[in-house]
Amino acid sequence: MSSQDIPEENLPAERAADEHGAVSVADEKHPFADPGLPPHEHRIQDIDERAAKRSERAVAFLFTMSMLATVGFIAAFVAIPVDEIVYIWPLGHISGLNFALGMTLGLALFCIGAGAVHWARTLMSDEEIADERHAIEASPEDRAKVHADFKQGAKESALGRRKLIRNTMLGALTLVPLSGIVLLRDLGPLPEDKLRHTLWRRGKLLVNMNTDEPLRASDVTVGSLTFAKPEGLEEHDHEFQNEIAKAALMIVRLEPKDIKDKRELEWSHEGIVAYSKICTHVGCPISLYEQQTHHVLCPCHQSTFDLSDGARVIFGPAGHALPQLRIGVNDEGYLEALGDFDEPVGPSFWERG
Amino acid sequence: MSTTTTKDSRSREKAPAGEKVADWADGRLGIYSLAKANMRKIFPDHWSFMLGEICLYSFIIIILTGVYLTLFFHPSMNEIEYHGSYVPLQGQMMSEAFASTLDISFDVRGGLLIRQIHHWAAIVFLAGMFVHMMRVFFTGAFRKPREINWLFGFLLFVLGMFTGFTGYSLPDDLLSGTGVRFTQGAILATPIVGTYISMFLFGGEFPGGDFVSRFYSIHILLLPGIMLGLVVGHLILVFYHKHTQFAGPGKTNKNVVGMPLLPVYMAKAGGFFFLVFGFIAMLSAVASINPIWVLGPYRPDQVSTGAQPDWYMGFAEGLIRAMPGWEINLWGHTLVLGVFIPLVLFGLFLGVIALYPFIESWITGDKREHHILDRPRNAPTRTGFGVAWVTAYMIMLIGGGNDIVATHFHLSINSVTWFVRIGFFVGPVVAFIVTKRICLGLQRRDADKVLHGRESGIIKRLPHGEFIEVHEPLSQEALHTLTAHEQYKPAEIGPAVDENGVERKVKGSQKLRAKLSNAYFGEDNQIPKPTAEEYKEITSGHGHH
Amino acid sequence: MKKLSARRRHPLAALVVLLLALACTGGLYTVFAPTDEAQAGTTAQSLAIDEGKKLYAVGCASCHGTGGQGTTDGPSLVGVGAAAVDFQVATGRMPAQQPGAQVPKKKNIYSQADIDQLAAYIASLGAGPSVPTEEQYNPEGADIAKGGELFRNNCSQCHNFTGKGGALTNGKYAPTLEDVDPKHIYEAMQTGPQNMPSFPDTTLTEKNKKDIIAYLDAVNSDDSESPGGLELGGLGPVSEGLFGWIFGLGGLIAVAVWVAARTAKAKKS
Repeated sequence: MSSQDIPEENLPAERAADEHGAVSVADEKHPFADPGLPPHEHRIQDIDERAAKRSERAVAFLFTMSMLATVGFIAAFVAIPVDEIVYIWPLGHISGLNFALGMTLGLALFCIGAGAVHWARTLMSDEEIADERHAIEASPEDRAKVHADFKQGAKESALGRRKLIRNTMLGALTLVPLSGIVLLRDLGPLPEDKLRHTLWRRGKLLVNMNTDEPLRASDVTVGSLTFAKPEGLEEHDHEFQNEIAKAALMIVRLEPKDIKDKRELEWSHEGIVAYSKICTHVGCPISLYEQQTHHVLCPCHQSTFDLSDGARVIFGPAGHALPQLRIGVNDEGYLEALGDFDEPVGPSFWERG
Repeated sequence: MSTTTTKDSRSREKAPAGEKVADWADGRLGIYSLAKANMRKIFPDHWSFMLGEICLYSFIIIILTGVYLTLFFHPSMNEIEYHGSYVPLQGQMMSEAFASTLDISFDVRGGLLIRQIHHWAAIVFLAGMFVHMMRVFFTGAFRKPREINWLFGFLLFVLGMFTGFTGYSLPDDLLSGTGVRFTQGAILATPIVGTYISMFLFGGEFPGGDFVSRFYSIHILLLPGIMLGLVVGHLILVFYHKHTQFAGPGKTNKNVVGMPLLPVYMAKAGGFFFLVFGFIAMLSAVASINPIWVLGPYRPDQVSTGAQPDWYMGFAEGLIRAMPGWEINLWGHTLVLGVFIPLVLFGLFLGVIALYPFIESWITGDKREHHILDRPRNAPTRTGFGVAWVTAYMIMLIGGGNDIVATHFHLSINSVTWFVRIGFFVGPVVAFIVTKRICLGLQRRDADKVLHGRESGIIKRLPHGEFIEVHEPLSQEALHTLTAHEQYKPAEIGPAVDENGVERKVKGSQKLRAKLSNAYFGEDNQIPKPTAEEYKEITSGHGHH
Repeated sequence: MKKLSARRRHPLAALVVLLLALACTGGLYTVFAPTDEAQAGTTAQSLAIDEGKKLYAVGCASCHGTGGQGTTDGPSLVGVGAAAVDFQVATGRMPAQQPGAQVPKKKNIYSQADIDQLAAYIASLGAGPSVPTEEQYNPEGADIAKGGELFRNNCSQCHNFTGKGGALTNGKYAPTLEDVDPKHIYEAMQTGPQNMPSFPDTTLTEKNKKDIIAYLDAVNSDDSESPGGLELGGLGPVSEGLFGWIFGLGGLIAVAVWVAARTAKAKKS
């Protein structure tokens, strides 16, 4: 990988400064020679004092505008109520305070900047200056000195000779960060089988998300879409978010003759099927149900499942079908679960199997 | 000691107050020796050299507004019932994080403005870094001695992405929560350790009650702290290396031509900070960003269509959307390739651009310093590669917004996804070939201009009836500028046998390098620039036009 | 022509050509892009019949069958109810120009009286939801916040947070809910037009529907508030990102060009 295996002549010839540098004159020998920095040309402001005065006034005007805008900002802050909505074309019905504060603050800052730049552009010298660059690499003497110093220091420490010290020190330094890593252990519990279980149990009623009432089989019509949670899970519960993230159900009713998958029909109640609402890709709540095609689409990454065929994946990045919950009807006509999901809901993971 | 005393006694006599203060500081900080080299430091003028300043200033704006926001934000996931002033959410259960963001937006005077400045500045910061990186890439400014600064910049871009992600996840709204859920799903897809990392990061099952406060310390402390260090390092190196410049009359690899820091750049760069800040403040006055109140609080069983991350994560989103759902189940374990491959690709895709300077310097074998920028056309293979990379990036951005693209251009979302799947492989190849052709064409035109002058568009009829287009000869400045670039010769492996007729062993890496070098600098891959002899022959031979 | 050829080499010529090319591409797109604007006017004259069945025989029977039993081109209308007819015909979706998965909204060519007659005929084929009364869909007094929660639970996955619409599979889409009559929103929830699932009163009560309408009225109407400023289409980060790139970074680059540009020299002026 060293540079030695590329011959020097393959590198382009550098245009050495002494060949035709800044001082060289374009002549017959070097038609492309560097003519050097072009002569400085004056701006209007450099030669016409009136123009310069105009620039000065423009800069002062901008700075004054900035001061006025800051006064305006404070006035707006005090005067405009925080909840006042105003109509401003073409922005729409917007917060008057936000608009006023933003515009005045923006103007106050922008005018300072515009003033400073205008000042620099028109009144400060615009003569271009060339500055020499110096090589970043150290001179050979410096390089040699540093190497020698280092060797001296290393020798004096006797690190190379006293191997016992070196090895134990490296060992100690390697081990000591482990404490820091071990301390991270209590960030969270071990996975165990948490991802495999949901709140669903045999006999748990399917509760309508909209009404908070248990669903009857007769409530669910063909072509409708309903979302359900397990009985007993309330929005105010401490664990609500974690539980609903696994237990959320999507209930649709198909004509039993439309169901192609045998198990799906068996696990349904007269065509009412209950599928996990959580996508098997990365866990978005999937629920874009098309009642004519029986397809359900995930709005996040467009995995598409066929609810009439065991919710198998027909498009997109999901790797396996949506888990189905086996349901039935109790004596009073309410839909109930006949057990937990028989596979983990949501995204796949290493231990899923 | 003695020098200080004499200086003190000298200044006590009649020095103005400012000088006295400076002397005082110099005695303690040594500011004069620092200022000696830097006060009149030269900066070349070009608009594209200010892209980095846009990034720096938006970063400062983000820090200033971010500090303000921390005064009002509660990084807590405790569920509370909302009773603030935004009517359409009253009585809803939400986390304190979400509720306090609503308070910042509706009850704190100016809070909404600061939130919007913070977020718009973040969008501009990342976009600015992207464009700044492209400028550095296409002009070859990453070459020696600036490779480390390229890496600093690259790290800033990547850390900026994650700081942005942790930031927009803090309000715990329905959109960002969906993004966090996606992240958790992606973590789960990591083989072997995924489930453990997820449990540790979220303090248990998703969403748990911890991620907002954990993201908060990552967002306001850990990542910005590292970034601040990198920014300082980046700037020190910019000062130390001195800025690059484009070729032109009087500009060599050994000098830097421009205007001095004091006063011109102090005013221009200082002024530009105010311009950027003012501009973003006005943007935040007129355009709404991340209106979390219409998104609603996060619930893991709710979602909205059009669920996208901020633009800088869009390309990761595209990868994940375009990927087919591959999943392997073996020996009781699941390998989620459908998610894991995009994760790996994400790293590789960014990594290749980070390592590019080292790849190129290996191919050229060039160990010299470079301070004169390349025009992109004069490095056709590099430019082609860069455009191919950007093309792949853009196609993935389209993939990340495939639903919005579908609805707004009346296309099928499935077709858009297929376009992205194919385009990711075909697009960069086409872009590479087309770009390289264009570059070579432009090189030919440059050579033509040098030898024959500028086509003036004026048609002249000669006495004997021939029509010619009048060519204006180029000025000396233009001639120099157009021929100032360097051209490498392709590396050769050398003869297959050595002088004794014994077969020489050529390492595979050397063969690869010779091949690559040929692809960069071979006969058809760059147009030889005109030589002085050619020019003289043409101008003396029939110099009438 | 001489002028043109002289300017051919102008530094800005490339830009002009680029703009022309972009304009051409746009033009070509509009020519080739699928048009879903309705050409409904032509059949209008022939539909001047005042009784539902006659109206049906002319406008609907070819796809839905002479007795509403359905054909391969259109579903059965037995039991869809008056609400479905009112929604489909009053929003101009029916009669469709051509059968397909997605029949877009277009200009309605029937009078309300015609629609009522049609609806009465369809309702007579089999019991189904009737057209809601104003009292049912009037959002006044409804719980906006509850409506928002219901909307995010049942609707936003297809129609977006504030009802701006979204994509479905294979070119189908959930339309925007902007400027949709509350009555039609109510009917759509009740009957589930086309690929939209239905949300019958048994699972989404009358009050629930009213809440949802009230929420939409608050966040997606002409005078909905957008405190932060321009709504940018209400599409979320995609439009925000585009706006940030074009106007945010674009504007700042324009400023940078001004900051770095040379000041005019005296000679030139």
